[in-house]
Amino acid sequence: MSPYVVLRVVSKLLIPLIFLFGFYVHFHGEYSPGGGFAAGVVVGVGVILYALIFGMEAARKAAPPYWARVGMALGALIFAGVGFVSLFMGGNYLDYTVLDPNHTYLGQHIGIVAVEFGVLVSVTAVIIAIFYGFAGRERTGDGAED
Amino acid sequence: MTGADITQYFDYLFMVMLLFIGLTIIRLQNLFAVVMLTGVYSLIAAAWFVSLGAADVAITEAAVGAGISTVLLLAAMLLTAGEAKPTSAFRHWAALVVMAAAGVAVFYALGDLPVYGAADTPANTGPGMAYIERTPDEINIPNVVTAVLASYRGFDTMGEVFVVFAAGVGVALLLNLSGRGRREEDGE
Repeated sequence: MSPYVVLRVVSKLLIPLIFLFGFYVHFHGEYSPGGGFAAGVVVGVGVILYALIFGMEAARKAAPPYWARVGMALGALIFAGVGFVSLFMGGNYLDYTVLDPNHTYLGQHIGIVAVEFGVLVSVTAVIIAIFYGFAGRERTGDGAED
Repeated sequence: MTGADITQYFDYLFMVMLLFIGLTIIRLQNLFAVVMLTGVYSLIAAAWFVSLGAADVAITEAAVGAGISTVLLLAAMLLTAGEAKPTSAFRHWAALVVMAAAGVAVFYALGDLPVYGAADTPANTGPGMAYIERTPDEINIPNVVTAVLASYRGFDTMGEVFVVFAAGVGVALLLNLSGRGRREEDGE
């Protein structure tokens, strides 16, 4: 646990806002700059900030490394899965228009948000996994407690 | 056109700042200061991208360059020494020769580039303009970058996600994700 009270209090205020901003960047990516890649990085930064301030043990409880490992593959699977769904619904691979045949644009919007969600999950998980990889080495290297 | 002129001066200002930060990074030996300055470099680069109108790139540069890489470089720095070993003068001169040759080549090629902000560049005609024209009819979202990234170029983006996935798996295999295996060994 970090002894710096100011850091702890400020980060407690900031971390929820960082997550909120990450999801805003993702779900608002059709209307403003942003998308899955940037949103995934922002969400990953939220977890990393939590780990830096509150220590690795607390971070491992909040975002287990198991999730990071599953998330890496899950995000890629979501993206490829949307392609297969559009394939089975009678369109080309990653052709989102068939996802909702009753509306002109809704299928495209659903498809874009869905594949971007796959990007978000994958990027977030990879960033957290890489950070855990480095931080885990640091921790076992000098054998010190957080 | 005065608005465009003002942002052009912002561009020059950012480029000068990037140049000075780059020179400072070269001269410094303290790795902590170098890592912090690379973060500052990325932040100013992000501000430059905003000034150039590439807001999507700017968000990613600010998050990845200033945020993630700084944290990862700091984490990597904890595993190594805090000071860089002084480099021999010969290597400095060799690097200078390579840089000068590359710089001369870039300036030689400069004449073939289109004028900054020109409307008839290959990027602004052809497929780029076609995407801008077709997005309102076919996808109907305001952000053309997202339309190209997720819909028109969905295959490319899927490949990018697989590259990110492969990078994550590679790092996890190399660095022993979460250090769990090492801790179990320590416990035995």
